Amino acid sequence: MRRAYEGAGAAGRRTRQSFMIRAMDSATPAPSSPAERSLPVDAIRQRSLVAALRAFLPEDAVLFREEDTRPYECDGLTLFRQLPMIVALPETEDQIRRILRLCHEHKVPVVPRGAGTGLSGSALPHHAGLLLSLAKLNRILSIDARARTATVQPGVRNLAISEAAARHRLYYAPDPSSQIACTIGGNVAENSGGVHCLKYGLTVHNVLRVRGLTSDGEPVEFGGLAPDAPGLDLLALVVGSEGMLAVVTEVTVRLVPVAQTARCIMASFADIGEAGDAVAALIADGIIPAGLEMLDQAASRLVEPFANAGYDLDAAAVLLCESDGTPEEVAEEIERMSAVLLAARATRIQVSNSEAERLRFWAGRKNAFPAAGRASPAYYCMDGTIPRRRLGEVLKAIQALEPKYRLRCPNVFHAGDGNLHPLILFDDADPDSVARAEAFGAEILELCVQMGGTVTGEHGVGVEKLDQMCSQFGRPTLDAFLAVKGAFDPAGLLNPGKVIPTLHRCAEYGRMRVHGGKIRFPELPRF
Amino acid sequence: MDQALSQLCETVRAASESRTPLLIRAGGTKDFYGNTAEGTLLDPRRVAGIVDYEPTELVVTARAGTSLSELEQLLTENGQMLAFEPPHFGANATIGGCIAAGLSGPRRVSFGPTYGGVRDFVLGARLVDGRGELLSFGGTVMKNVAGYDVSRLLAGSMGILGVIAEVSIKVLPRPISHHTLCFEMPEVAAVYKLNEWAGRPLPLSASVWYDGALYLRLAGASAAVSAARLQLGGEDFDNRQADAFWTSIREQTHPFFDGDAPLWRISVPSTAPVLSIDEPSLIEWNGSLRWLRTNRSAEQVRECARQAGGHATLFRGGDRSAGAFTPLTPPIAAIHRRLKTQFDPANIFNRGRLYPDL
Ligand SMILES: Cc1cc2nc3c(=O)[nH]c(=O)nc-3n(C[C@H](O)[C@H](O)[C@H](O)COP(=O)(O)OP(=O)(O)OC[C@H]3O[C@@H](n4cnc5c(N)ncnc54)[C@H](O)[C@@H]3O)c2cc1C
Ligand SMILES: Cc1cc2nc3c(=O)[nH]c(=O)nc-3n(C[C@H](O)[C@H](O)[C@H](O)COP(=O)(O)OP(=O)(O)OC[C@H]3O[C@@H](n4cnc5c(N)ncnc54)[C@H](O)[C@@H]3O)c2cc1C
Repeated sequence: MRRAYEGAGAAGRRTRQSFMIRAMDSATPAPSSPAERSLPVDAIRQRSLVAALRAFLPEDAVLFREEDTRPYECDGLTLFRQLPMIVALPETEDQIRRILRLCHEHKVPVVPRGAGTGLSGSALPHHAGLLLSLAKLNRILSIDARARTATVQPGVRNLAISEAAARHRLYYAPDPSSQIACTIGGNVAENSGGVHCLKYGLTVHNVLRVRGLTSDGEPVEFGGLAPDAPGLDLLALVVGSEGMLAVVTEVTVRLVPVAQTARCIMASFADIGEAGDAVAALIADGIIPAGLEMLDQAASRLVEPFANAGYDLDAAAVLLCESDGTPEEVAEEIERMSAVLLAARATRIQVSNSEAERLRFWAGRKNAFPAAGRASPAYYCMDGTIPRRRLGEVLKAIQALEPKYRLRCPNVFHAGDGNLHPLILFDDADPDSVARAEAFGAEILELCVQMGGTVTGEHGVGVEKLDQMCSQFGRPTLDAFLAVKGAFDPAGLLNPGKVIPTLHRCAEYGRMRVHGGKIRFPELPRF
Repeated sequence: MDQALSQLCETVRAASESRTPLLIRAGGTKDFYGNTAEGTLLDPRRVAGIVDYEPTELVVTARAGTSLSELEQLLTENGQMLAFEPPHFGANATIGGCIAAGLSGPRRVSFGPTYGGVRDFVLGARLVDGRGELLSFGGTVMKNVAGYDVSRLLAGSMGILGVIAEVSIKVLPRPISHHTLCFEMPEVAAVYKLNEWAGRPLPLSASVWYDGALYLRLAGASAAVSAARLQLGGEDFDNRQADAFWTSIREQTHPFFDGDAPLWRISVPSTAPVLSIDEPSLIEWNGSLRWLRTNRSAEQVRECARQAGGHATLFRGGDRSAGAFTPLTPPIAAIHRRLKTQFDPANIFNRGRLYPDL
């Protein structure tokens, strides 16, 4: 492994766009452990499939030479790398259908890919498979302002939808931080979230209809513009299915009206537990803020020199709490929120008085990741979700683990949803540091499960969290996931090996956790 | 696992071995809905009770047999609600039946966090599958992408995949303020206006058009509701009367629902034009739900819905020989059959309730 997030450290110096591109085509070979799992490509099989694909695809839409396929060897989680046998770059749904039919006929695994910003390795190629890039299908097909919907191709970037809808004073609410780069196809596959999701819902709440192709190339449509499509709600399964159930070829999303105004409160707390309680107190008071994000002290100290957001560096935690709506409504809500925060022992609160000030408050939150990248050679971003009432407890537990792994772990996260993003800072040039970071991450995820939460709130399972799936779910439930997979893709060719751990893998993982025999750090105490 | 739950699993296991069809029926308040299924009655109501409710988590976890009114009462006491405003259709409704039927009420098409139907608020579920195995899906947290979202799939599954034993549902604060406005206007204008208003950041919480009048419920922060009242005009509706009115829509006790003429539920895109069948209708959800009273044949009604870009369900009464629900396309039907076989290999649960071959 080079870096958990290749180029993250450069994000502040380059533009964000260039960071994204860098993350996607990081061409550095991976010297250490996980990458060694990568397997060689079968050249004979490759040649015959390339020939068959070229019968209906232009030459530049079929990549197979190593220098051409290398940029696709990983997604945003560069810990795992694998060269695909072939990369196909279709431009039409009909080409995708023919690719799928061909692969189905020859039993070739297919891995769909959008922008490759995924953080769990769910777009990791298969050594004997075809990587299906949907990036060229990037047209916004229609925006129906009256019906408040947009119909787009899967490779359209998340932010491009809101940009196109802006002239109708509408936008697409789910706003992952990667929204300048990630595609709607990837969002559907991951059920992505963002700051606005607390109030306006996740991808699953904002997608009305998905057109797609099954792994054998059959056209299918899930959901619809009319509510409650007949039959089972297959759309609910397809959203968040990490490209394993169908290839998404067209998406209709719901657009919502842009709020007239927004204001943000920045609140300081002397204790991280009290900040967690303040989150609960807001909710208890019947408030659903338009954004509710938290940075712990380590995180605000990390970002402040970088972002000049004005964060209180003596505070144990900084809470950002936003209200949107009409000016009257926002004034009313800000007053209520301020009262609750003060009653919840906020040591300082500051309300944004202008749009510029509001953006400045957010600048720190927005730059937390690039700042982490600058402060440390590399960092590893976790994504567990826990019940809100346990925020303080879990944050303190993570802090307590820092000395055990001899690594720092600032936290910046979606407090309103209980979705944590601990950032483990480590040195990617030091294999021991890398191994400690991985073990630290795994322990945080186990902690989230023990607290009644989940190992992934929005980044997906991919290949990264296969082991922790064994802890979170019993075998019968994992088998039910396999059953769902089988119902959509009986041949098992669409993105195989992701999300659902095999029986064998769980047995191995169980043995490691119980007997400790294979633990990489026997000297470290475990739960 | 407690006794009621393990007994439920045992009953299912035995039925599965002897291939005895089971008809899952709790309060029986929605017997009228869907196609008729046959089998030995399985009453899951012993699996009941609130498992966990922490208002600040915005989640309630309840056993499926918990009475819907009891659950809603508890939420009301804590200033919260089921945002999808489910119809009860009788005093005995259970939360399990509510999820399995997947029916949402007037607030389904609203602005902000309350937007959405049953499936949008399901966070987790425990299901007894056709082998009598207890499966857990999802969880109790707001964001969870670990594994396929089978809990949401159960919303509207009509019991064909298994017995829902427990559900975790996202709940929301009750709005601080609400107000109903009434406008006189014909159907075409109402659908036009509703879509226009829905494109503006207004605190819309429900809408009904019936017999020349449009009723609009606003809900949210007091300032937002009063600002919207000024902006929209219309006549004010007394709040107590308004509550009774919205209940009558949700529970179908409004006079429109009286009488024997078959009741069709037509789902269409919200901007769809007036339906080609000119018979009594009532419109909800900003134009996307159109109730129709008609004796026309299923083929005629379904064709009319199709022309409007949607689909039609025979909701109450009428001749069900053509099926209560719009038939599926072949590839979607194939996925349904495989899912059914995977979850219920002995084909014992609610045979035919959703579609004849499921
Ligand atoms: C800097 C940064 C910030 C991020 N912030 C957030 C955040 O705030 N919230 C959040 O939720 N995530 C975040 N992510 C993660 C990531 O951006 C999302 O998961 C995103 O949805 C992935 O989109 P993509 O187009 O890059 O998909 P990819 O990474 O290319 O693929 C992701 C998955 O989708 C599948 N897929 C892609 N397209 C299709 C298709 N057309 N049909 C079927 N399957 C398909 C792939 O097979 C894979 O399983 C962040 C990532 C980065 C690098
Ligand atoms: C490698 C890497 C991984 C990352 N992973 C994640 C991740 O998993 N999750 C994550 O949340 N971030 C993540 N980030 C941080 C994210 O990429 C930064 O926010 C991003 O660099 C800034 O992009 P942007 O300007 O497009 O911000 P935006 O996308 O505009 O803002 C970032 C977030 O803050 C919210 N926000 C911004 N401004 C406002 C405002 N004025 N009012 C209300 N909300 C506002 C947005 O809705 C958005 O979700 C990651 C960054 C890096 C470098």
